[in-house]
Amino acid sequence: MKTHSRSRAVRIPGGLSLRLDPRALIVVVLLLAAACAAGVALIGTGDARIPAADVLRTLAGDGTAYQDFIVNELRLPRVLVGLLVGASLGLGGALFQSVSRNPLGSPDVLGLSQGSTAGALVVIVLMSGSAAQVTVGALAGGLATGLAIYALAWKQGVHGYRLVLVGIGVNAIAAAVNGYLLTKADLVDAARAVVWMTGSLNGRDWDQVWPLLALCAVLVPLVLANARGLRMMEMGDDVSHALGVRVQRVRLLLMVSSVLLTAAATAAAGPVSFVALTAPQLARRLTRSPGPNLVPSLCMGAALLVAADWASQRAFGADQLPVGVVTGVLGGAYLLWLLVTERRAGRI
Amino acid sequence: MNRLAADNVTLAYDQRVIAEQLSVEIPDNSFTVIVGPNACGKSTLLRALSRMLKPSQGRVLLDGQAIQSMQAKKVARTLGLLPQSSVAPDGITVADLVGRGRYPHQGLLRQWSAEDERVVRESMRRTGVAELAERYVDELSGGQRQRVWIAMALAQQTPLLLLDEPTTYLDIQHQIDVLDLCAELHEEQGRTLVAVLHDLNHAARYATHLIALRGGRVLAEGAPKDIVTAELVEEVFGLRCQVIDDPETGTPLVVPAARKARAERVTAAS
Repeated sequence: MKTHSRSRAVRIPGGLSLRLDPRALIVVVLLLAAACAAGVALIGTGDARIPAADVLRTLAGDGTAYQDFIVNELRLPRVLVGLLVGASLGLGGALFQSVSRNPLGSPDVLGLSQGSTAGALVVIVLMSGSAAQVTVGALAGGLATGLAIYALAWKQGVHGYRLVLVGIGVNAIAAAVNGYLLTKADLVDAARAVVWMTGSLNGRDWDQVWPLLALCAVLVPLVLANARGLRMMEMGDDVSHALGVRVQRVRLLLMVSSVLLTAAATAAAGPVSFVALTAPQLARRLTRSPGPNLVPSLCMGAALLVAADWASQRAFGADQLPVGVVTGVLGGAYLLWLLVTERRAGRI
Repeated sequence: MNRLAADNVTLAYDQRVIAEQLSVEIPDNSFTVIVGPNACGKSTLLRALSRMLKPSQGRVLLDGQAIQSMQAKKVARTLGLLPQSSVAPDGITVADLVGRGRYPHQGLLRQWSAEDERVVRESMRRTGVAELAERYVDELSGGQRQRVWIAMALAQQTPLLLLDEPTTYLDIQHQIDVLDLCAELHEEQGRTLVAVLHDLNHAARYATHLIALRGGRVLAEGAPKDIVTAELVEEVFGLRCQVIDDPETGTPLVVPAARKARAERVTAAS
C-alpha cells in the first residue's frame, strides 16, 4: 500500500506539539534559497555588473564605497520590494483561492489589480499626482474594489463561483474605466500610466520597502494564526462550523488581509500579473499537500517575482522589460494550461 | 434536565418561517430520530440544535446555556454534527480527514498530541476504516466515505452527536451498516445520538426515542412502540397503512396500504 500521509508530529514535554509536513518544509527552504539566490543575482545585474561574491560581501558591510552605493542604496531596495510584493501576492492569492475553493478565485482574475490600476490612473491622469500619491490612489482603488466584490458576492457567506463571477464582472468594469481614463490623458501622463500599468520594479527605493514590510509584519502572523481555521473551512461551512471554527469571522478577517496584501503590493510595484494566480498552484504541486499551503505560496511568490525580474533584465538588458510582462507571459500560459486540465477533470 | 433542548424556538430562513414556537427535548443517552414528510422542518430543527441556524425567537439550550452565546470550540467539544453533504478537500487521505475532527481539542501550540493520535486511531477502528487510513478519500465508495465522515465526527469525542440523513445516497446494505454503527455508538458508549432519517421503518427499528414533525410542529414523541400507529402515520405523512410487528425485532413496521385500497378510500370519502 502506498503511504500518502507525510505529516509528522513534533512533541515537546509540557504539552506543546506541532504538526509538520517534512516535504512542505523542504519546499519552503528550497524556495527561500531560490528567492535569495535570485535576489543576489538580481543585485549583481545591470549596467554595472557585480559578481555574486562581491554582492554578498557588500551586503555584509565589507564592500567598497562604490559597491556599497550600488548594492545597498540602488539595488537592494528594488530586490526587497520584489520579494515583499511577490510574497504578498503569493499569500494573498493562496488566501483567496482557498476561501473561494477555486483556483480561479485569485485577486488578478477578480479585478483587484484592475481596481488598483483605476485608483492609480485617477491620480496620474486627473490629478497629475506625485509617485507617493499614485501609491495611495492604487491602495484606495484596490481596497474599494475588494469591498465592492465582497458586498456584491455576499450571500450567506461568500461562495466559490459566485465570487469568481462577480469578480470577473468587476474586473471588466474596472478595465473599462481604465480604458476611458487613458483616452482622457495627455501624452506624458499616458506614457507614465502605461509604464505603471505593466507592473515594474524599476526605480523602487527604501520608501517603498518600509510600508510594505510593516504591513507584512502585521498581516503575515495574523493570517498564519488563522490558517488552521482556513484548513477546516475547505470541508465546507457546515463541517467547519460544527468543529468550532467561527467561519464568518475567520473568512472576513482573511479576505480583508488578502485584499490589503494585494492592494499594497500593487501600489508598490503596479499590477504585476498572474503571480497571485500561479504561485499557490505551483506551490501546491510541489508540496503535494492538501490545504491552503500558505507559507509555501508566500515563498513561491517571492521567488517567482524576483526570478522573473532577473530573467527579464538578463535577457533584455537593464530596465528594458518590466517584470509584469514576463510574469504575464508565463502566467497566461499557465492559466491556459490550468483551464484545460480543469476542464478535463470535469470541474469547469 | 436534559443536556440539549430547543425552548420555544421560531426557525426561519430570511422571511420564510419553517417552525414557530417549537419546543423539543432530546432525552440524554437516547438514540433520537426525527421523522416527518419533506419540508416539515426536520433538517432545520437539526441545524438549530447544532447552532448552525440562529432561531429568530427562543433559544436552544445546551447544558442549560443558550448555545449561541457559548464559545464555539467549547460547543464543538460537546456536540458534533455530521451534515447531509460534506466535501472532502482534494487529495486528502482518510487519516488526515479523520484527524481534522480533533480541531476543537487543539490549539496553536497544541497541534497534534499523542491523545489526538490515539483517538483518531480508535475512531477509525470503531468505524472499520482503519485499513483505509492511507487511501485518498476521493477513491472510496459512498458507503466507505460515509464511514470516514462518521469517524471524523467520532474523533471530535462529543457526548452528543447529530446526524443529518446519514443514510442518504447509500444502498440498503450500507444504510443498515451505518445505522448498526450508530446503534453501537449509542449502546456501547452511551452517547446521545440525534438523527434525521427518511425511512420510517429504519427509524422505528433503531430509535429509542422518536419525534414526528409535520409543518414545523411536533405531532408525537416517545418510544417507537408507543407512538407509531396507523393513525399517526396517516396524520404525519398522509399515507394509509398498516402497522405490524417487525418479525425480526418486534418494533413497529409500517406497511403502506395497497394502491387499490387507498383509491377506494378516496372515492368513499368523496
